[in-house]
Amino acid sequence: MERRYQLFNEKAFSLDKQGKREYYRDILSQLCAKHYEGCPEYKRFIDAIGFDYEAKPDIEDYPFIPVRMFKELELLSVPKEQVVKIMTSSGTTGQQVSKIFLDKITSVNQSKILMKITTDMLGGQRFPMLVIDSKNVIKDRKMFSARGAGILGFSMLGRDTTYALDENMKLDIETIKAFLEKHKGETILMFGFTFIIWEHFYKELLKQGETLDISKGILLHGGGFKKLIEEAVDNETYKEKLRQVCGVERVCNYYGMVEQTGSIYMECECGRLHTSNFSDIIIRNPRDFSVCKSGEQGLIQLVSTLPDSYPGYSILSEDIGELIGEDDCPCKRYGKTFKIIGRIKKAEVRGCSDTYEKR
Amino acid sequence: MRSDSVQWLLGTDNVVICPMKPYSDLAVEFLDELSSLLRKSVKPGEYPDIISLAFWCRKGNVLKLKERTLDVDSSLGKGLVFHITPSNVPVNFAFSFFFGLLSGNSNIVRVPSKDYPQTDIICGAIAKMLENEKYNKIKVGTAFVKYGHDQVITDRLSLMADARVIWGGDESIKNIRKSPLKSKATEIVFADRYSFGVISEAAVVNASDEEIRSLAHSFYNDTYLMDQNACSTPHLILWLKDFKRDGIDPRKRFWQAVYEEAGHYDLEPIKAVDKFTDYCNMVMKGNVSISYTNKWDNLLYAIGLEEMTTDITVMRGRFGMFYEAGIEELNQLVPYINSKVQTAMYYGVDKEALKSMVLDNGLTGIDRIVPFGKALDIGVFWDGYDIIGQLSRRISFE
Repeated sequence: MERRYQLFNEKAFSLDKQGKREYYRDILSQLCAKHYEGCPEYKRFIDAIGFDYEAKPDIEDYPFIPVRMFKELELLSVPKEQVVKIMTSSGTTGQQVSKIFLDKITSVNQSKILMKITTDMLGGQRFPMLVIDSKNVIKDRKMFSARGAGILGFSMLGRDTTYALDENMKLDIETIKAFLEKHKGETILMFGFTFIIWEHFYKELLKQGETLDISKGILLHGGGFKKLIEEAVDNETYKEKLRQVCGVERVCNYYGMVEQTGSIYMECECGRLHTSNFSDIIIRNPRDFSVCKSGEQGLIQLVSTLPDSYPGYSILSEDIGELIGEDDCPCKRYGKTFKIIGRIKKAEVRGCSDTYEKR
Repeated sequence: MRSDSVQWLLGTDNVVICPMKPYSDLAVEFLDELSSLLRKSVKPGEYPDIISLAFWCRKGNVLKLKERTLDVDSSLGKGLVFHITPSNVPVNFAFSFFFGLLSGNSNIVRVPSKDYPQTDIICGAIAKMLENEKYNKIKVGTAFVKYGHDQVITDRLSLMADARVIWGGDESIKNIRKSPLKSKATEIVFADRYSFGVISEAAVVNASDEEIRSLAHSFYNDTYLMDQNACSTPHLILWLKDFKRDGIDPRKRFWQAVYEEAGHYDLEPIKAVDKFTDYCNMVMKGNVSISYTNKWDNLLYAIGLEEMTTDITVMRGRFGMFYEAGIEELNQLVPYINSKVQTAMYYGVDKEALKSMVLDNGLTGIDRIVPFGKALDIGVFWDGYDIIGQLSRRISFE
């Protein structure tokens, strides 16, 4: 795994197509071997499909497991004693919950890489941070819900972390105003889940007739548009509407899942989601799982080089996406760029803010 | 009874009980007329399930069934039958009603709570027929009701009934049985079942291309048509190894034909993902020992078993995922047939031999032996029941 750590010292988007291909041949073979040896369920899977990781094939040839497997089974590649954290997707009643087991290394690497990617995308400083959520979400530190983990993970990017919603998910307008007053003239980082920001921040401001001046702010959000699509709100509308209520210019969406925390896909200044050195995306045709070309819609396979303690380095999501290009984004970052079209129909409801129920 | 949650599509719970003889002329005539009305109510190709329902209830077919029933002249319907029909098969409620009617009963039918257009079409046709005065006797004894999971209503209707018919599997049966019946009332339950097929390798090798296409077409209708979700749909194919020469692989020939036939199957992305998830789940749990997996795109998975597991009924697929294994002779099956097994389908295999296997060995399972293509053809003999007999009362006299 030495090769992997070399990259930790480089910038997050430094690998071009060729470089990445060569690097991933090594790293994925090592990762696959690790999980083959450490996780009996994964071994049975690799044996059943007859995959030979020792031949160091290309990334497209690597198998993937459905993201739902982490709900069906408890998948671990290290002895249980080494688990320091269990992350769960925040399921509502009756829904099965994903369980992701993290050892120390995986957990540390996730934080490091999250920092690396976000600082590259948003700038190096630690900004005063306004979390558009309730502090209640992070109360239980033993079991990390995806929502809580997201908030804790991203709060490392900021300072003076302040929560914009009270324990009843009501907009705490006094606190927000005091926070903005205190950090007048500074760049503010706002973070939250797509749906929660919409429901409890945007709609509330609109209802109360309040406008805030956060024009120097950055709004970072993730978790999926599933519920917003019902209200015909896409990424562009979302940006525009939020700009109207608080003047925010930079609205940055990210795509990621609890099964691959850390190596998230962030939207650059040009509005495209990017793979980094630590992750890749392959769009697959649902008909036969063959690789789709740019512009073709298909199921999104996510590859991450971070998971050591559970076999989640290559997973098949239930999201439909489309590749835009590779190494050719006007923002000059290397890597693939893509967009999310939506969730496949009638799938289990997944994602962090998506499972949050309206009261 | 909370009236807001109960929707009476036809009649009310005030049904009149006046038992008739099984296969009464009135019922046969009613169904025959309904058959033509149903066929006129749908556009060609729109609702194949309604068409096959209409085909089933025409006079010619019903009279054939009558011949297979003993002593209709010494029997009468039990009285009132309460039917609880499944939500996953749109036309099943109509079959259940036909069985109740043909056995000479008044009927309260709980239709699927899901909104299917078929429900409205069928109920509409029946309502229209009942406007005719000659069917008044049927009209006063018929009610169709729609309601959600509400035990109070189920309790009430169950206590009224002389017989109860429960479709929809183990879970439904468990729930509905919380509602008691009258002491003398009987019950027919359709539990979760498992079905499989036996194919002769020699027959596949010797078949013409046209015959193989036809077999594949039948197999497609048995399986993909209902997403492999019906009780009588096969999940496991057992190959009778009666062909020894090398060269032609009968299994590949069959599956290739099925794959081609399944070309027009609507494999939505969710189905491809669900199927793959089922597969990964099975492989990762490691309860089934498999020796190979053959895939034709994501349309068709054929999973070769290294050895048969003691309980074959755990080997289930959805949306076109099948297990297969070879057997030297039919009697090898004996230890694997339990009471969960419903239908054995066959191709190129002697059906009499299959029947003897069940009877001579005293097996607890296999209620039905039919050729491929007939998996979903529901009948008055189902799940081991003689439904008409069970819903009627036989008068003995000396």
